[in-house]
Order: sequence, then C-alpha cells, then structure tokens
Amino acid sequence: MSELKAFTSANHPTRRWRKIKDRLIETVLFLAACSSVFVTMGIVYVLVSESLPFFENVSFTEFLTGREWTPMFSDAKFGIRPLVAGTFMATFIAVCVAIPLGTIVSAYLSEYLKPSAREILKPVLELLAAVPSVVYGYFALLFVTPMLQKIMPNLGGFSILSAGIVMGIMIIPYVSSLSEDAMGAVPAHLREASAALGSTKFQTTLRVVIPSAFSGISSAYVLGISRALGETMVVAIAAGMQPNLTLDPSEPAATITAFIVQVSLGDLPHGSIGYQSIYVAGLTLLVLTLIFNILGMWIKNQIQEKE
Amino acid sequence: MEQSMVQTQTARLLREPMSDVDIARNLKWRRMKNFMFSVVGLLTLLFAICTLLALFIDLAMTGVPRISAEFFTNFPSRFPEKAGILSAWVGSLAVMITTAVVAIPIGVAAGIYLEEYAPKNFFTKIIELNIINLAGVPSITFGLMALGLFVYKFKFGQSILTAGMTLGLLVLPIVIVTTREAIRTIPNSIREASFGLGASHWQTIQHHVLPYSSGGILTGVIISLSRAIGETAPLITIGALTFIAFLPTAPVSDVFPYVSFQWLHDAFTVMPIQMFNWVSRPQQEFHVNAAATGTVLLVMTLLMNGVAIYIRYRFRRRMKW
Amino acid sequence: MSPQFEIPTTSTTKFNLGVQSDFLRSQVKNLSFSYNPKDKLVLKNVSLPIFDKKVTALIGPSGCGKTTLLRCFNRMHDLYNEVSYDGEILLYPESKNILSRDVDPMEVRMRIGMVFQKPNPFPKTIYENVAYGLRVRGIKKKSYMDEKIELSLQQAGLWTEVKDRLHAQATSLSGGQQQRLCIARALVTDPEILLLDEPTSALDPISTSHIEELIVELKKDVTILIVTHNLHQAARCSDYTAFMYLGDLIEYGPSNLIFTNPSDKRTENYITGRFG
Repeated sequence: MSELKAFTSANHPTRRWRKIKDRLIETVLFLAACSSVFVTMGIVYVLVSESLPFFENVSFTEFLTGREWTPMFSDAKFGIRPLVAGTFMATFIAVCVAIPLGTIVSAYLSEYLKPSAREILKPVLELLAAVPSVVYGYFALLFVTPMLQKIMPNLGGFSILSAGIVMGIMIIPYVSSLSEDAMGAVPAHLREASAALGSTKFQTTLRVVIPSAFSGISSAYVLGISRALGETMVVAIAAGMQPNLTLDPSEPAATITAFIVQVSLGDLPHGSIGYQSIYVAGLTLLVLTLIFNILGMWIKNQIQEKE
Repeated sequence: MEQSMVQTQTARLLREPMSDVDIARNLKWRRMKNFMFSVVGLLTLLFAICTLLALFIDLAMTGVPRISAEFFTNFPSRFPEKAGILSAWVGSLAVMITTAVVAIPIGVAAGIYLEEYAPKNFFTKIIELNIINLAGVPSITFGLMALGLFVYKFKFGQSILTAGMTLGLLVLPIVIVTTREAIRTIPNSIREASFGLGASHWQTIQHHVLPYSSGGILTGVIISLSRAIGETAPLITIGALTFIAFLPTAPVSDVFPYVSFQWLHDAFTVMPIQMFNWVSRPQQEFHVNAAATGTVLLVMTLLMNGVAIYIRYRFRRRMKW
Repeated sequence: MSPQFEIPTTSTTKFNLGVQSDFLRSQVKNLSFSYNPKDKLVLKNVSLPIFDKKVTALIGPSGCGKTTLLRCFNRMHDLYNEVSYDGEILLYPESKNILSRDVDPMEVRMRIGMVFQKPNPFPKTIYENVAYGLRVRGIKKKSYMDEKIELSLQQAGLWTEVKDRLHAQATSLSGGQQQRLCIARALVTDPEILLLDEPTSALDPISTSHIEELIVELKKDVTILIVTHNLHQAARCSDYTAFMYLGDLIEYGPSNLIFTNPSDKRTENYITGRFG
C-alpha cells in the first residue's frame, strides 16, 4: 500500500524513468516516420546529382528534341523522345484496357454482387496484382503475342501492343479495387433515394453511385496510370529493348524503364556516359510520373470544387 | 390565387407524361439495359479471373514437368536440362530476410507514430503525403537510388545487403499504410480504458494497440514480402548478377564466433532475375526452365497472399468492436 | 363501385373505419415480414386500409415495425438480401398486389414515391435532383422538364427560395430546404402514393411546421402515408392513424378518434406518454 502511494508521487524513480522511456520511444518512432522522407530525399538527390554530369556532355536541346537514343553506340545520340514515346504508347494501351475493364468490374462488384460473393471475388481479383511482373512478361511474350499473331499475322515477336495489353490486365486490380472502395463508401441512402424514384440498378450506378464516388475513382485511375508508366519487366521482356520512335503499336519499342534494365544488365562503370544516361532516363521517368500525379490531383480538385 | 393556378396546372400535367403502354415499354427497355450491364460486368470479371487462370495454367503446363529435386539443387548452367535454381532460391530467401529486417521495424514504428503520437501539424502532413507519393514512385527508381547511394557511396557493393535494403525501402509504404489501417480499427474506448487505469502511452500501445492490431499488421507484412519476392527491376539496376554458380557464405560455422554475417556482403541472384535471364534467351529449352521458375515463384506469391487473406478474414471475424 | 376494405377474420386489430365515404387507394392484407428467415417477425399479420387523398399516419414506439411497413410499399427491401415476407399490398384501382414476385419493384417505385428520414439529396444541383426522376424515365424534353420541375418545387413550397439558384448544389441548402427538395423530387413524377418516413425527425421546429403545412396542402393531390414519432404531428396532419406495437397493428381509426378516445389500453398508454 505504501509502495503504491510512493509511486504516485512525482519524484518516484520508477515514475521518472517511465516518463523518460516514453519520450525516448516517441523519438525513435518519430525517426522511423521520418525515414520515408529521407528515402524521397535520397531518391531525388541521387537522381539529380548523377544526372547533372550528363548535361555537361549533352545539350538540353538535343536531349529534348533529338529523335534518336543510342547512348551505348560509338556514334552516340541522346534524344529522349523515342523512350518517352515508347513509355506513353505502352501506358496508353494499358490504360485503354485497364480503365474500362476496371471500372466495369468495380461497378459490378460493388452494385450487383451479394456481399458474400464480393468478399470472395475481390481478393481473387487482387491476386492479379500480386503476380510478379516478370511472370507477366513471360505470359506476354510466350502466350499473348503468339495469340495476337493468329489475328494479326504480321505482328513481330516483340511488340508494344502485347506488352501494353498484358500491363493493362495487370493493373485492372489497381483500378478496380480503389474504385470499388470508393463506390462502396457511397451512402446507402443515396441508392435508396434513386431506387425510390424508380430507377434501375444500372441507372443508379451510372447516375448516382459513379458520380458520387468519382473523386475516389479518379485516384484509382491515377494510381493505375502511375503503375503503367513505371512498369518495367513486362515491357523489357515482351516489347523488345530497341528505342524506336514510332506510333505503330505492332512494332517493338523501348520504354524508359526497359532502357534502364538493358543498360544495367551490361557492365556499367561508375561515371561512364552509360551510367549517367540511366540516371537521366530515371529522372525523366520520375518527372513524368510526378507531372502526371499533379495533373491527376488538379483534376480531382477541380471536380471537388465544382461540387 | 397563385395557389389555385398551380393546382390547375398540376391537373393538366398530371396525366401527360406516360400512358400504361409507355410505362411498360419504358420499363422493358430500362430493364433490358440493366440486364445487359449485369451480363457485361459478369463477363468482364470472368475475363479477368480467366486471364489469371490462363496465366497459371500456361506456366504450369510448361513448367511443372521440369520441376524435380535436381531443379532445386542445381546451379544454373549452359545446358538447359542441367540448370537449376539453387543459387536463385537461396538468394531470394537471403534477400527476403534482409528486406523483412529492414522494412518491418521501420514500417511498424512509423505506422505507430503516425497513428498514436503524430501531432496534427504541417510536418505530419508532409510525412503522410510523402508516404502516399512514395508508393507511386516506379520501383526501378529505387534501384537507381540504391545503385548511387548504397553501392557507390556507402560501398556496400552489389550485395544481398544492398538488395535487402532496396526492397525494404521499396515496400516500406505498404507496411506503414497497413499498420496504420490496422491500428485505426481499434476504438478509442480501449485506449481510454487503458489510460484510465494509469498506463503510460507506450504501455497502452504495447499492451493493447499492438496486440489487437497484430493480425492487420501481419497481413501487411506478408503482402509486402510477397511484393518484394517478385520484384526484379530494382535488383537488376543495382547490378545483381544473372549467372551465379556459388552460394553465399553460410551464416553458421564450426569455428568461433560460429555465426557469420559475411553472407550479407556476398553477390547473389534471385528467382525473378533467373527467370528473366532464361526467358530472354532464344532457345525453347530455357523457356521451359523459365516457366518452371515462374511456377515456383507464382505458387509462392499466391500462397503468401492466400495466407494474408486468410489472416485478415480470421481477424475481421474475431475482432468485433 | 369502388373496392371496400374488409376486416380480415384473422386480424386482432381494433378497426374503426369511420364514415365509409372515402375511396380505397390501397390495402395491406395479412402482411408478415422478417429481416432474416431465422429471425423473429418484425411485422405480424398486419392488415390496413389506405384511403385515397387522405393522410394515414403510422405511430408507435421504436422498433414496432412502422418504418418496415412503410418501406414495403416501395419494395425497398428488395435492395437487400435475406428478407422474407408474406401477404399482400393491393394497389387500386386495378388491385395489383405490389408485393408479388411477378411485379417489377421498379414499376412500383415509379407509381409510389418515398421521402426518407434524413434528407438525402444527390450531390448534384437542385435542378438535377428534381429532374432525376424524369431522367430515369427517359424524358429529355427540356421545356416539359422545366415546367414540371417548377411545378413540383412550387408544390413542395420551395420554389420562391430556390428559383434564382436552381443550378446551385443541393447540399448547399439548409436541412429543411433539403427535405422539401426531396419531397419535390418525389412529386415530380406524379406518384399515386407518397411515403414519408419520419420526414421531420432531423429538422428544426420551423422547418417541421413548413413540412406539416405542406402535407396538409399536398393531400389534395396525392395519398400520403407517413411514419412519425411525433404524436402531435400525427394528430395535426393525419386523417387516419394506425398504432403499431411490437410488430402488431393494435388499432386503426380516424385520427380524432384515436387521439381522443382510443379503444385499446396500449394505445391509450402510448398516446398519454406512459411509454415509447
């Protein structure tokens, strides 16, 4: 009893120790939380500092306007456009697959399925995103491409088209999962109000649920597109690694990521122009992703403001 | 006066919009569209699931006949029928362990801080925004960062340590986000009850918050490791070799001090890189090896995800606040 | 000859049908309902007449099944699984059983409007909210819609307040205005019956009195069925009142009679405030 009383006094050593311990733990936890900021700073620092020497050798205009990217050749050319074009084309095809299919699936999951069925099917669908991307690369090269070749006989062994399609399937869960969450969060009373006015489930989904959830759905789209922009292995395996400024999806072409992989596979002395070129490519990719995310956030804010 | 005018107008308009025939036709057409969408939705869902099945079956049909005990105990080789994935699976295991050691403590600690301690201020906002954005950064960028920082600046070399740290940082946002979600489901009344009995903040976390959210945290950890095990691009970027015919140094030995961490500094390869290497070769026989590796990889990721789903399901049923 | 309400032989309800000069618009026949087949019944063998262009109030303590009964009229339960029900709700003049599996719930909802407990405007403009019912019916003619929307906003007593900002967000309205908007939204499609589920429970006294006046005004055009917790409200604006208790319909009759001279002890206890 007396011990208990002593413990309540502020100067009791156990109690003081407890206070110090609490502060200590909080500091450690705080540092852990800051780690993510350090990582971001590390990424930006390394990408920028390793790319800067590149621009001592190559003019910025050549980098942006050149139509060829052959940094490893003896007659090196440093125009980023073929890589950016390849990246955009692969992303565009992936988005054309993932956004319509992902949205339909999420609406179906959220509005048409019983909760018990949804509970099972949603995780199954999410497994699509869990499959390693190198496996998707195999699938694109040795399953989808031969299948597409039956429809399009002049399609080569490597093509942006099949890589893009497989990438699209791969990111369906990114689109559908977040969209479904957003649709599920639409309050039931809005659905009831719509149903009470005699609308079909389809009309309720199209006119009430999707518009109400659009802010969340647009985040899902942005995430899916970011994934497609940064996806590496599928394009590295199935699209060939030849930088190629073309708008024809049936041709092989390299994306920024595929180029980085290709160069990394070889021997890469620190400070060589090849080493610098992958950092420039990486920085370009990061900037593109960032611009895209900011654009997405801006569009989302515009929509929210209108509401 | 105005009211009566409204009344007569109402009377005029009341009957106008639709006759019974119109209603029937309108209903039929609308129901038709609704039905068509439910068919389209079902087909799309089936398409996605069938793709998953096709991928699995295609891989297994080619790969499973190749899987044998030797496949796991042989090093890679120039002769496809002699090649195995010994160095790859050992490398994957070693990298996974390092990844877990990096990602779990930092991720869980960060999650706890953000949910339990973080004041609502500008800096916290920055951290939160940063975590969201980090999750969207292309994985290959982490590889570039690690190459510049860990390999060349800190001189860790192209080693298991570098690989584990790279993947650890890559999956950090997943661990943080799932930890936070798990902690958020614990109602405040539990914390209040604990504080009310005189527990300190950390005691409350240690005795209540962490145990009650452990299922959710575990789910996040497994999901993040299953993501890490399939990652290829960042490891290629840091210079993981594609042809390794030796194993890392054993962690235990019979000479003092018996335990060795030399393996952390050894060169390595992992299963996805081995698969990439084989699938990039023109010979059909190596594609079979790739399929076999892919099957192993796929089974492992699906298993891990299955376990995670199961844990989440169990915990959600058990924990009803 | 209009249909007559016949008191079912199995009913334990005390009926007082008053002067039988009112036309029957609908009637509930032996309706039983449960949310889960294994669960207890929420409605037990309820029978009830609904007279045309009259206000019928459903009163009773929480959990007595009055909201469940109201939602049956709109087949709202079809949105959720696992409910089971038995019995009929007949809609006149064609005496169609709207609970029948062969009847499309959407057809029912096109004929019967509903206003919910909490105002639930869509996150769209005021105009679009009211227009929604017309749009789902495939009506596109702008002039017709404009006219119809103005009319129903007038009927709901909201027109003068919103006519200058029809394209403002509905969520910018006050709670009372939102609820009147929801009434306008339900009225625009000329429902034969309007269901009101505690329409004023989330509102302040002034908005409440607005809506009560509105109810009295509206019954010239439309049959109204209202669930309310507020006994004064039931007394003020209803013509008939049904008192429910634990899933049973205890007593039904003209409101003035129920409130002044109830024939069942439980009704009397409830309206005098001894429980509920």
